[in-house]
Amino acid sequence: MKSAVIVFPGSNCDRDLAVAIEQVAGRKPAMVWHKEADLPEGTDFIGVPGGFSYGDYLRSGAMAARSPIMRAVKDAAGRGVPLIGICNGFQVLTEAGLLPGALMRNAKLSFVCRPVKLRVENSQSLFTSHYDSGEAITFPVAHHDGNYQADPEALARLEGEGRVAFRYLEQVNGSARDIAGILNDAGNVLGLMPHPERVIEPAHGGTDGRRLFEGLFETVAA
Amino acid sequence: MKARVFITLKPGVLDPQGKAIHHALDGLGFKGVNDVRAGKMIELDLADGTNDAEIEDMCRKLLANTVIENFRIERLENA
Repeated sequence: MKSAVIVFPGSNCDRDLAVAIEQVAGRKPAMVWHKEADLPEGTDFIGVPGGFSYGDYLRSGAMAARSPIMRAVKDAAGRGVPLIGICNGFQVLTEAGLLPGALMRNAKLSFVCRPVKLRVENSQSLFTSHYDSGEAITFPVAHHDGNYQADPEALARLEGEGRVAFRYLEQVNGSARDIAGILNDAGNVLGLMPHPERVIEPAHGGTDGRRLFEGLFETVAA
Repeated sequence: MKARVFITLKPGVLDPQGKAIHHALDGLGFKGVNDVRAGKMIELDLADGTNDAEIEDMCRKLLANTVIENFRIERLENA
């Protein structure tokens, strides 16, 4: 399996994501700088990490979404290559038009940084096959702009098509319908605010995130 | 020539920043403020002859996120 982690100026979870990928897949991902025009040949999984790309200038993820590498990321996603955007990565994917909706300032204006309970809403996806549907899991969140909003039609579509992958089981940021993570219509792109890469081994205080990568890599490697 | 782009949240989109400003104004004793909506203004210094369509394109492609924001362009002809 050949994975790639995209690195923007201001990314700060790129290393966490790389370590998680290596631990589960047994192979280091390529770290791809945002100014590159192409992904390494044969890339079959792409991660867009958390952080504060471009200092959150203009809007969170707005500048990163227009950086040179994103053209290649969009092309790859269009060909069905699995793509995950975590936290700032989720913001980048919505800004790039790869996922619907937008992530706005948390409803209570404060930065939220703590473990939160989530429900796996769809265990049939590429990213959730090692979870049970309806299972409660805990991932940490650390964000200021995690308040997911979309127009009523888009929300109805996400729900109707089973594209809400994860939902908060507690008040976190004011997201519409407590949405924590969504899939694109083809099912190969996942964006989520919580950090699965931060709960990989027992020393992290939990291992609920590990199964996301295990399930995904099992399919990708097959 | 210069142009100003005013970016505002669409009506109905929750504006926590505006709400916090409203709350602070209340705290300072300003009565009669019904609502506050915060936005941003971007000033562009443009080559003469840049047409409206081009500025609008900039707004749609980058300056505004039209999922949640509206924009309005104001040209400053003599600036």
